[in-house]
Amino acid sequence: MRAYIIRRLLLIIPNVILVSFVIAILIRLLPGSAIDAMLAGAGADVDLDRAALEHSLGLDVSLPHQWARWMGIAPQADGSYSGVVQGNLGISLWQKRPVIELLAKYWPITLEISVIGLIIAQLIALPVGIFSALRQDTWGDYVGRSFAILLISIPAFWVATMAILVPVILWDYMPPLMFIRLSDDAIGNLKMVMVPSIILGMGLSGMTMRMTRTTMLEVMRQDYIRTAWAKGLRERIVASRHALKNALIPVISIVGLQLPVLIGGTVIIEQIFSLPGMGRLIISACLRRDYTLVSGIMFVYAIVLMLINLIVDLTYAYLDPRVRYS
Amino acid sequence: MADPSSERKEHSFLVNLLARMVKEKPLGTVGGIITLLLLITGIFADFIAPYGMNEAHTGFFLTPPSEIHWLGTDNLGRDILSRVIYGARISMIIGLTASAGATLLSVIIGTLSGYYGGKFDLIMQRFVDAWMCFPGLILLMVLMSVIGIGATQIIIVLSLRWGFSGSRIIRGAVMSLKENVYIQAGVAIGCSTNRILIRHILPNLMAPTIILFTTRVPDIIITEAALSFLGFGIPPPTPTWGGMLSGSARQYMLRAPWMVIWPGLALSTVVYGINMFGDALRDLLDPKLRGGAGRYGIKAKAYAKKLARLSAASPNN
Repeated sequence: MRAYIIRRLLLIIPNVILVSFVIAILIRLLPGSAIDAMLAGAGADVDLDRAALEHSLGLDVSLPHQWARWMGIAPQADGSYSGVVQGNLGISLWQKRPVIELLAKYWPITLEISVIGLIIAQLIALPVGIFSALRQDTWGDYVGRSFAILLISIPAFWVATMAILVPVILWDYMPPLMFIRLSDDAIGNLKMVMVPSIILGMGLSGMTMRMTRTTMLEVMRQDYIRTAWAKGLRERIVASRHALKNALIPVISIVGLQLPVLIGGTVIIEQIFSLPGMGRLIISACLRRDYTLVSGIMFVYAIVLMLINLIVDLTYAYLDPRVRYS
Repeated sequence: MADPSSERKEHSFLVNLLARMVKEKPLGTVGGIITLLLLITGIFADFIAPYGMNEAHTGFFLTPPSEIHWLGTDNLGRDILSRVIYGARISMIIGLTASAGATLLSVIIGTLSGYYGGKFDLIMQRFVDAWMCFPGLILLMVLMSVIGIGATQIIIVLSLRWGFSGSRIIRGAVMSLKENVYIQAGVAIGCSTNRILIRHILPNLMAPTIILFTTRVPDIIITEAALSFLGFGIPPPTPTWGGMLSGSARQYMLRAPWMVIWPGLALSTVVYGINMFGDALRDLLDPKLRGGAGRYGIKAKAYAKKLARLSAASPNN
């Protein structure tokens, strides 16, 4: 196990370097007109000129140099070292505040709807997936599978729009679209995030449902399940005690696979329900062409994804010894 | 390549596939019909749509569905039905071209990476890893804001997005193909690498490539809609299903719900249909993914049936 952990940790390092390099290349790709648009967008409140802006983005030095500066392993123009290594992601061009500070302000609500969404996804997915597998090729299975594909196919932005629209048409009820902090009013906050989280969870559950069904089917064909049947155990016991435990191990890995989908979902949901989270932050940063903020958010998201995938892999290896030794 | 006998074989392969689909996969057939309807609507949008896509009818602002405008009109007096139909064309074009681009990229990267292996593969795979570390939608938004919004840009960006991740599947397939004896035989008789890749590897990649292509189309259509919805896709006034749900539609949706209901319904139906179709196609083309007991042919199917009968009977025993 220790060797496996070390191997996985070592793999992270080239990944972090490459990810930051991809971000640096992205900033490089900016066409000149985009710089002009940034200047125009930053507009009235700043006296940025082109050279200063290019300087602050690191576009006036070579690509490796720009990257090294951003990472904090080469001195900035003023001779100081301040970059990722020092915990500095730069200063937002538009808001004129450190990127780290903005991220700290916007992440809680995103985390909240993501976690609730993930839980709801499992609550929907597991029972239907297990049922579908136990009743393979019956009408119940067909309905379950179609339901799963339906959940994958309906875009979150339409479901969310309908969730706002339908109550208005039917009951003339409009849910208040105001933001309540978790620390101010926990119950009010939960009420507010419930609908967005459910919609987020629904979108995720389709994939998990299919995965659960597949792995459950695979496990149900194992010899030890036949033994359990032969012992005369009831279906409920066979399914829950013998099959489910082993069927759920691969399902864990799908949480890692779903994270990018989840993050994409939060962007859309936050936009529709006007929640001040990371998603809205990156939309406005992209629209205002605030590329220091954009690169900061991308970097943080990439690191978070990597770490969670690491945790998922380690959990998987812990639960299934076969993975460790391959 | 222009050998007529191989041409005929290809044909019978497709016909066989369709026949099996209709016989074995009723849901997949429904999906196929929906897909076909999308294609027909997209191709013949000019003939089907009652009005032009941006034709404004003064005096018909926000009118509910009626005999003149079947699905109502929007705040500029444009016919929703016509816009939904033209939206089908946009979705179809982007779905097909971006998916084709992505599949092509996947096949190129995957084949080279899988066949050559070694350092090239290692470096390539680390780049694919890094690429896949970013959440898809955010990466797409950033790329679109960097290179600017528009139809061509979105096709390029979507192709890149799915091209890299898909290369993994092709790479895996190539790596297992490479172990076959006929590849060794090819090397032994002195075939050039190009010849081995084109004549021996590529034809065997047919099934995974078709699967890759069809499973990407709905993902791409839904993502294009999401991007257009967020304002990073195809700019108005071009009617896109995602774009029709944003902007003025959100402003007027409480007064004119039909502005947001129909484009979303069209989008969901189409994506659902293609997903069903793609799923059935994958089951038929790739028996290993079927999750069944057997591998190929009738014998395995009979075995699976027997097994199912046994497991169905066992609770009573």
